Amino acid sequence: MLLIECPYCGTRDESEFTYGGEAHIVRPLDPDALNDVEWADYLFFRKNSKGILQEQWNHSAGCRRWFCAERDTVTYKFKSFYKVGERPVEDEA
Amino acid sequence: MSKYSIFSLARNAMSHHDNWERAWRSPTPQKSYDAIIVGGGGHGLATAYYMAKEHGMRNIAVLEKGWIGGGNTGRNTTIVRSNYLWDEAAFLYEKSMKLWEGLSQDLNYNVMFSQRGVYNLGHTLQDMRDIQRRVNANRLNGVDGEVVDAKELAKRIPYLNCSPDSRYPILGASFQARGGTARHDAVAWGFARGADSYGVDIIQNCEVTGIRREDGAVLGVETSQGYIESKKVGVVTAGSSSVLASMAGLRLPLESHPLQAFVSEPIKPVLDTVVMSNAVHGYISQSDKGDLVIGAGIDSYNGYGQRGSFTTIEHTMTAIMELFPVFSRVRMNRQWGGIVDTCPDACPIISKTPIKGLYFNCGWGTGGFKATPGSGWVFAHTVANDEPHELNAAFALDRFISGALIDEHGAAGVAH
Ligand SMILES: Cc1cc2nc3c(=O)[nH]c(=O)nc-3n(C[C@H](O)[C@H](O)[C@H](O)COP(=O)(O)OP(=O)(O)OC[C@H]3O[C@@H](n4cnc5c(N)ncnc54)[C@H](O)[C@@H]3O)c2cc1C
Ligand SMILES: [Zn+2]
Repeated sequence: MLLIECPYCGTRDESEFTYGGEAHIVRPLDPDALNDVEWADYLFFRKNSKGILQEQWNHSAGCRRWFCAERDTVTYKFKSFYKVGERPVEDEA
Repeated sequence: MSKYSIFSLARNAMSHHDNWERAWRSPTPQKSYDAIIVGGGGHGLATAYYMAKEHGMRNIAVLEKGWIGGGNTGRNTTIVRSNYLWDEAAFLYEKSMKLWEGLSQDLNYNVMFSQRGVYNLGHTLQDMRDIQRRVNANRLNGVDGEVVDAKELAKRIPYLNCSPDSRYPILGASFQARGGTARHDAVAWGFARGADSYGVDIIQNCEVTGIRREDGAVLGVETSQGYIESKKVGVVTAGSSSVLASMAGLRLPLESHPLQAFVSEPIKPVLDTVVMSNAVHGYISQSDKGDLVIGAGIDSYNGYGQRGSFTTIEHTMTAIMELFPVFSRVRMNRQWGGIVDTCPDACPIISKTPIKGLYFNCGWGTGGFKATPGSGWVFAHTVANDEPHELNAAFALDRFISGALIDEHGAAGVAH
């Protein structure tokens, strides 16, 4: 069971959340200008990183808000949580 | 390679089974091969086997980072069926089914293929309409299928909860009598032994760490046992496919997720078929040893950790209890996870790539065990001839650009 920290509500069980996949995929600003390869990349192709992945979660059985997280896809450990529109806080060296 | 038979069994019994010859060699890698298959799961080993058997190639290596069959091949719940909705998928999986039907004889290795039948349950009117449609489509494509109502189901599977009072009443099912299960390890071992007998080098503990290219063509692979040259590289690494693709600067439309499975303590024979339900989402069969073999859906998040979360375990058990209340006190013995490579249209990618000599066979997700022989057969053709076979031409990587998806999501009853 993952423990997930909603930036609005605090730490809760995974069962309160819905997964939303890779974060920061930007909807094309000028859709008419895209060719088929660019559309395919936007719609279907993913990083699928082994290691740190920036991803989206929804607190569906809580405040129902979307937020982002950085998580290691091998250890499943979270590195950071942040709100939509923000970027993850860099580690202080 | 000596042939397995009743006589070899008797002969070896005389020497207390101490003198069986090894089923495959453990060679050190050569400097160069005509073709390299990356990934020693069932699909990779089957590919090498059919490249040798059907295409006359001999100088082939299978490179496996761990031990053969240690990936999803040895972790799956072994359900085999071919009743997919769309023509392209039905023909591909049916090719596999036909190969399963003669596989133990062909390999001279008992893969314990058991055609005990597979039921896909329907719990809503829409489920039943979809089942009717799929069974009709299957029959038109020469794939066997039958629609069974709840009364008949209750007769055939006595412990299945067919009560109209249950939370999600069972209204009926599709039944494929030729479906069933096979022994997963034996499938890997049988193909390994078969490939080895043609001279294929199966190299374990050999992780591919890089794919060397020049002018858009493959030169060879970097591995934990050194650089190995080959102008043809076929990648069959299931959940690790995106990692291998990135070694060649490619992106794939895949996401890797944990998928869990469970076996119970062994009990007396109680279930002689396979039961799957998409609506409550669980499936179950009983192994020859007597354990109940249980699985369900993927863990929602991306993961490479070969384990999942307790929430998913709870969902799985809830579904099984809904179907078979009688199993409420059976204890689970073991639980594990594999990493499945899910694809947006729930169909595999068996394809050439923009890089000459580099081929990918991936995206089988939660349901590729049933396809092991067929997948190897068509991929062998693709790698050997640098052209897909007509059975896998539609499963090309560029379908995500052209839009010609083969949308089996949901259409195929359950995703496994
Ligand atoms: C829990 C579970 C239940 C399932 N149930 C069913 C079912 O009932 N029916 C069904 O049809 N399918 C089922 N599946 C799906 C099925 O198991 C897979 O689709 C199928 O086994 C894939 O076979 P494969 O040979 O491609 O992959 P694998 O067996 O995973 O083989 C890939 C191999 O590649 C190796 N590899 C990875 N990276 C490298 C590298 N860098 N260098 C060298 N080698 C590498 C891995 O170690 C692995 O051995 C299930 C899967 C799981 C996890
Ligand atoms: Zn919240």
